Amino acid sequence: MTDSLPSLVDEVVTEKPVSQGRLVLRRFLRQRAGLIALIVLVLVLILAVSSIGVGPIKGWWPYNYYTPSPKIVNNGAPTLQWWPFSLGQHPFGQDRIGRDYFAMVMRGIQNSFVAMILITTFAVVTGVVVGAIAGYYRGWVDSVLMRITDVFIVIPAIVIAAVVGNWAGAIGVWVLGIMLGFFSWMVIARLTRGEFLSLREREFVEAARVAGASDARIIFKHILPNATGVIIVSGSLLAASAILLEAAISLLGYGIRSPDVSLGLLIGANQSAFTVRPWLFWWPALFIVTLALSVNIFGDVLRQAFDPRSRRFSTRRVKDGPDQQPEDVGGGAATEATFGGI
Amino acid sequence: MIGFVLRRIGVSVLILIAASFVMFNLVAISTDPLEDLRQSSLPNKQQLIQARIQLAHLDVPAPVRWAMWLGGVAKCLIPFANQCDLGVSFHGAPVTELLPTAMGSTVQMVTASLVLAILFGLMTGILSAIRENSGFDSSFTVISLFLFSLPSFLAAAMLKSFVAIGYNNFLQDPVIPIWVSLVIGVVMGVIVQAVVGGDARRRLIAFGINFVLTSGLLIYMSATGWFLTPAIGPVALPIISIAMAVGLVALLAGLHQRRALLTGGIVAVIGIITYFSIQGLLDQATPLLILVLAVVAIVVGLAVGYFVGGDDRKQNMRIGAILAFLISLLILIDRFMQSFPGYMFDTNGRPVATVGSGTPGYDPNNMWRSGLDVFFHLVLPTLSLLAISFAQYTRYSRAGMIEVMGQDYVRTARAKGMPERIVVVRHAFRNVLIPITTLVATDLGALLGGAIITEYIFAIPGMGQLFQASLGPGDIYPVMGYFLVIAVMAITFNFLADLSYAALDPRVRVR
Repeated sequence: MTDSLPSLVDEVVTEKPVSQGRLVLRRFLRQRAGLIALIVLVLVLILAVSSIGVGPIKGWWPYNYYTPSPKIVNNGAPTLQWWPFSLGQHPFGQDRIGRDYFAMVMRGIQNSFVAMILITTFAVVTGVVVGAIAGYYRGWVDSVLMRITDVFIVIPAIVIAAVVGNWAGAIGVWVLGIMLGFFSWMVIARLTRGEFLSLREREFVEAARVAGASDARIIFKHILPNATGVIIVSGSLLAASAILLEAAISLLGYGIRSPDVSLGLLIGANQSAFTVRPWLFWWPALFIVTLALSVNIFGDVLRQAFDPRSRRFSTRRVKDGPDQQPEDVGGGAATEATFGGI
Repeated sequence: MIGFVLRRIGVSVLILIAASFVMFNLVAISTDPLEDLRQSSLPNKQQLIQARIQLAHLDVPAPVRWAMWLGGVAKCLIPFANQCDLGVSFHGAPVTELLPTAMGSTVQMVTASLVLAILFGLMTGILSAIRENSGFDSSFTVISLFLFSLPSFLAAAMLKSFVAIGYNNFLQDPVIPIWVSLVIGVVMGVIVQAVVGGDARRRLIAFGINFVLTSGLLIYMSATGWFLTPAIGPVALPIISIAMAVGLVALLAGLHQRRALLTGGIVAVIGIITYFSIQGLLDQATPLLILVLAVVAIVVGLAVGYFVGGDDRKQNMRIGAILAFLISLLILIDRFMQSFPGYMFDTNGRPVATVGSGTPGYDPNNMWRSGLDVFFHLVLPTLSLLAISFAQYTRYSRAGMIEVMGQDYVRTARAKGMPERIVVVRHAFRNVLIPITTLVATDLGALLGGAIITEYIFAIPGMGQLFQASLGPGDIYPVMGYFLVIAVMAITFNFLADLSYAALDPRVRVR
C-alpha cells in the first residue's frame, strides 16, 4: 500500500485521460472523511517523530522515554492546559518512576507506525507472491500453496503472533514487525489468487503470451497492475488491524518489552491504575484509537473509491431509475483482510 | 455427499496435523522452558532442571517430541478407552484435566457473544441497508468503524472501570434523575424515528411515542425501586407477550393474515397462563428441567401452528415456535430477576464483578442465584468480545443487503406488487444469510483469539488464560492442548459453514 500511493499521484500528474488511478483518486478525494483521516495520520506521525526524534537524531522535546526523573512535578499529573494553552513541564504527566509520559506515548506511536508498516509490507509482499504464483500456475503448485495457506490460517492470528513475538519481541520492534508480517499473509494470498485466477483467462493476457512475453513479465506487467485494487484495499485494512495486533501482544507481554515502549504495553501496565492515575491509561488509549480509526476510515474510503459499484445504486435509485445496473457481482466486503477479535 | 464429507474430514485432519507441527516447533523455538529455573537461586536447582527435562522430554529434539505428542493425541480417537494423553504441564497436571475446567467459561462467553453479535449485527446491518444513506445508516457506519478500531483490551478495561463499578455504585442509591430519563427518552426517540423513516409526520409520531414510553418507563422504574427488585411482573409480561405476537406476525406474515394472527394469539395466551401456573415448579428448577420445558414450549408452538393450519401451515408453525421460545425466554428472565435481591444480598450490594468467572466458594444451592453469579461475572467480558464481532456482522450484512436489494429478482418481486416487508424478509434476507455463514466460521476463530485478551483483563481462568500463562514459561503441552481445541473448533465450523452454504444456496453443489 505504501508503494502504490505515490504511483497514483504520478498518474494524475501525467494526466492520462481516464486511468483507473485518476478515477480512484478523484473518488477518494470526493469523500472528505478519507482525506481527514489521512491528514490526522500524517500529523500524528509528524508529532511523534519530531518531538522525541528518531534514534540518534534529537527532537524538540527535552525529555526521553527511558530516563526516570527523581523529581515528580505536580504529583505526576498532566501539566497540559488547554486554555490558556500551555504544555507545562510534563504535558501528559509522569509514570510511577518519573519518566516523562509524553515522550513515552510518542515512542509508542513511533513503534506502532513501524510495526504497522513492517507487518503490512511483509504480509502484502509474501501474500502477493504466494497468491500470484498459485493463481497463475494453477495445478499442483496451486494446491500445494493453498494447502500451506490453510495450515497457517487454522492458527488464530493472535496465537501465532504471541508465539512469534515471545521470541522476536525481545529483540526489538523491527524484528517483531518483520516476523509478524511473515505470519499474516494468508488472507492477502487467497484474495490475490482469486484475482489471478480470473485475470489470467482474459484476452490481454492471451495476447501478451502470444507476443512471447515471459511468465514473470505477464505476472508483473500485465496481471498484477489489474489486481492492485484488491491488494491495496485489503492491505490498508490489514494495516489497521496490524496496529491493534502489535498492541494486543505487547499488552500480553509477548511483544515489545520494557524499557522500550508500546501503546499496548502502556495500557496493559496501567489498566489497574485507572482510578488513581487515569491519565496513564487515557493518553495511550486516545492515540491508539486515533491511529486505528484513521487507518480504518482511510481503508474504507479507499475501498469505496476502488469499488465500481459503490455509488452506482441504492435502493432509492433502483426504484427511480431501473436501468442502472450493478456490473460485476461479488462480495463487496469480501476484500477485507483483518485479524479480527483483537 | 458422503464422499464430500469424508474427503473434507480427511483433508481437515491432514491440515490439523501440519498446523500442529508448525505450532509445536514455533513454540519450541520461541521459548526457553528452563529460563525460570536457570535464574532461580534454589539450592536444588540442578535437580529441578533435571526433573523438568524428564517431565517434558526436553532432551529430545522438538520434531520428535511433536511426534510423541501426536501419538498421545491419536489415542484420544479410540472410543471409550479413555486413554487421551495430551502431556503434562510443568506443575505435573495432565492437560486433559486442565482443559475441561478452562473450557467452561470460555465456551459460554464465546457462544453468547457469537449469538448476540449475529443477532444484533444482522439486525442493524439490514436496517442500515434498507435505510441506506439515512442518518441511521451513517451513524451506524461510524459506530461500527469505531468499534472496529477499538482494541478489545481497551473496551474491556473501560467496561470494567465504568460499567461495573459505575453500576455497582448506582445500585447503592438507584434513582435516575428525571432529566436523565428525559435525555435517554429523546435519544431513543431519535434512533427509532431514524429507523422508521418516511415523511416528517410519521417520524414525529414515532419519536413522540418512543420518547413518552422510554422516559415514562425509566421514571416509573426509578420511582418504584425497580433496579433493586427487578421483575418483568404479571402486568408487563402479558403486555410484552402480546406485543411480541403482533410484531412477529407483522414481520413474518403480515397482519392481514387471520390464521397467523390466531396462532400468535393462542401461543401468547398459553404462554401467559403458563407464566402464572409455573412459578412454583420453577422454584425448584434444575438446568435439565429448563431444557425440557424449552423443548416442550417449542413443540407446543409448532403444534398450535399446525392445528391452526390454513394456506401457509409452515409459516404458522414457524411463528408459533419462535413466539413460544421468546415467551419462555421472557418467563426465564423474569424468574432470574426475582432472585436478584437475594444475589445482591450475597454479594454485599455489588453484584457486577470485575474479575474471575465466579465468586470463589459461592454455592447457593439454587440454580437461579448461581446462574446470576455466572451472568454477572461474564456479562462484561462477553460485551467486550461482542463489540468487534458486532461491527463485522453489521458491515457485512449491510454490504450484502445493499447488493441483494439491487438485483433483478428483488425488482421483479417489487414489480409483482409484493409488499416491501415480504421483499425484505422473504427474498432479500435469506440471500444475505449465505455470505454470513462463511463469516461465522472465520469469526469464531477471531472470537476465540480475542478471548485471550478479554480473559487476561478480567482475570478469568479460561482457555485463553491457560494459553497465555503457559506460553511465557514455555510450558508447551498446555499451549498445544489449547491449540488443539481451537483448531478443531475452527475446522469444524468451517466445515459446517460449507455444508450450510450448500443447504442455503441451491446453486452450490457439494461434490
